[in-house]
Amino acid sequence: MDQRPPDHITAAPSLAAKPPIVTLDGVSKAYANGTVALRDVNLSIGRAQFVSLLGPSGCGKSTLLRLIAGLGDLTGGRIDWPGSAKASDGTPKRDLGFVFQEPTLMPWANVFDNVYLPLKLGRLSRKQARPRIMDALAMVGLEKFERSYPRELSGGMKMRVSIARALITRPSVLLMDEPFAALDEITRFRLNDDLLRLWAGRDWTVIFVTHSVYESVYLSNRIVVMGARPGRITADLAIDAPYPRSEAFRMIPAYNEYCRMVSAELHATMGEASPE
Amino acid sequence: MSTSAEPVAQRADRRLIALRIALPILVGVVFLGTWQILVTWLQVPKFVLPAPSLIATAFVDDFASLMGSLWFTLTVTVEAFILAVVGGVALAVLFSQSEIVATALFPYAVILQVTPVVSIAPLIIIWVGYDNVRVALLILAWIVAFFPVLSNTTLGLRSTDHNLRNLMQLYGASRWRILTEVQFPSALPYLLAGMKISGGLSLIGAVVAEFVAGSGASTGLAWRIIEAGNRLDIPRMFAALALLSVLGIAIFGVLSAFEYLMLRHWHESAVRREN
Ligand SMILES: Nc1ncnc2c1ncn2[C@@H]1O[C@H](COP(=O)(O)OP(=O)(O)OP(=O)(O)O)[C@@H](O)[C@H]1O
Ligand SMILES: [Mg+2]
Repeated sequence: MDQRPPDHITAAPSLAAKPPIVTLDGVSKAYANGTVALRDVNLSIGRAQFVSLLGPSGCGKSTLLRLIAGLGDLTGGRIDWPGSAKASDGTPKRDLGFVFQEPTLMPWANVFDNVYLPLKLGRLSRKQARPRIMDALAMVGLEKFERSYPRELSGGMKMRVSIARALITRPSVLLMDEPFAALDEITRFRLNDDLLRLWAGRDWTVIFVTHSVYESVYLSNRIVVMGARPGRITADLAIDAPYPRSEAFRMIPAYNEYCRMVSAELHATMGEASPE
Repeated sequence: MSTSAEPVAQRADRRLIALRIALPILVGVVFLGTWQILVTWLQVPKFVLPAPSLIATAFVDDFASLMGSLWFTLTVTVEAFILAVVGGVALAVLFSQSEIVATALFPYAVILQVTPVVSIAPLIIIWVGYDNVRVALLILAWIVAFFPVLSNTTLGLRSTDHNLRNLMQLYGASRWRILTEVQFPSALPYLLAGMKISGGLSLIGAVVAEFVAGSGASTGLAWRIIEAGNRLDIPRMFAALALLSVLGIAIFGVLSAFEYLMLRHWHESAVRREN
């Protein structure tokens, strides 16, 4: 903790104690058209953290997530993966799962083949991959749709296929960009619980972009609030409620307290008075 | 609910297909009938406009030689078309892999495309030699036909969903893998549209080149038309013309069917919308 740069916004001690899996140092990103999407972002994310990125539309959440995944070049600063093995060309070998804000499915391939893609690239045969794919599809409730084409699915179903595809490689870091935004509340709650169960079962990291204060509090043990123009981190909050969390968690006073706190931070970021 | 909706949709479908076949045939029959009646009634001389019945007779009389010519033109067209697709796709892949190669070569592809084939045909025929006219026809038809495949496939390879490409990079896919797994399938609808244009152009190229080659060195349908024209044998000319049209329609039909087969599961152009 003491090795961090002084301007680093530190999370609560219980989280900071975990060894960092990825660190961002003064990360900036300007797009070719001159938009400064991110300015001087410092962030250190530890193993086994469930981090939510929360912020108004256009504040650079997607940009940040893509940069962490190594998609697109930084305009300034650096991103390090301290513990990761290096590939032969020196770039860190990260096993990431990524859920894009759009479903990003191959329209010419059915659901099964879309989920199979990462394993296919890993040279696993279709037959070997089958049980894993069916498990992943069952988890998102789509086991009956393995032969359907993306155009035959609803927006939410497409998103669930995309989630199944991200989980299929059992990544150690899962990056998700508003994965549940298109879903109804019941499915959303169910997938929230499924995600938490998966996360609890293994020592992995989730970085989760969302617009929903409630969702971020329910899921994460850390919430990073971002502000817009230019995109930057304005608050870094720990949610110190124990796991496993379930529906009952939504009923306890602490949950409401956290929601109020996060909501106040978000309003402060957006330059408005808190509604209370 | 769906059980009753399905047969209705299928029945409507079948009726639509029947209509699509019957309607053009009906138009054709009415057209030919009117033609026959008018020509007989107005006593139009047969070297100006022969009656359909005369054309049919000419077709039967010259069946063997016309079929030989049809076969010649067909094979030249198909070979040029296959070479155009292979060459166009190969060039497009090359262009997509290297911006430098694309920038350097694309203008020349355009030049080749915009130069009228009639104007370079004599040159090519002289270079290849009069005893090799078939090869010259092949080259000329190829020049006319390859560009739509090249430009469409290039566009298709470029318009792959950006996130899909990112996803492939994320999983460490090689360029070749990205090309085969996502770029090529995304480009397929574009390629197929290019092939439909290219199929017609191959035929046009083969025929135009044969016209330029003139002489009796080649024996395609174009030569039959020239020959009949020289002898003022107009019914025979019409018979050859009709064969050319049928060939053109057949090429278009086969390529359209192929396109539908390839895209029916997923592409907007081939999928029947239900809303
Ligand atoms: N490819 C691009 N080219 C230019 N500007 C871009 C590009 N992508 C994003 N931006 C700009 O960068 C800023 C941040 O965009 P980003 O997509 O990261 O926002 P976001 O926080 O994910 O928003 P949302 O919650 O609406 O998804 C925006 O102002 C946007 O206009
Ligand atoms: Mg976004």
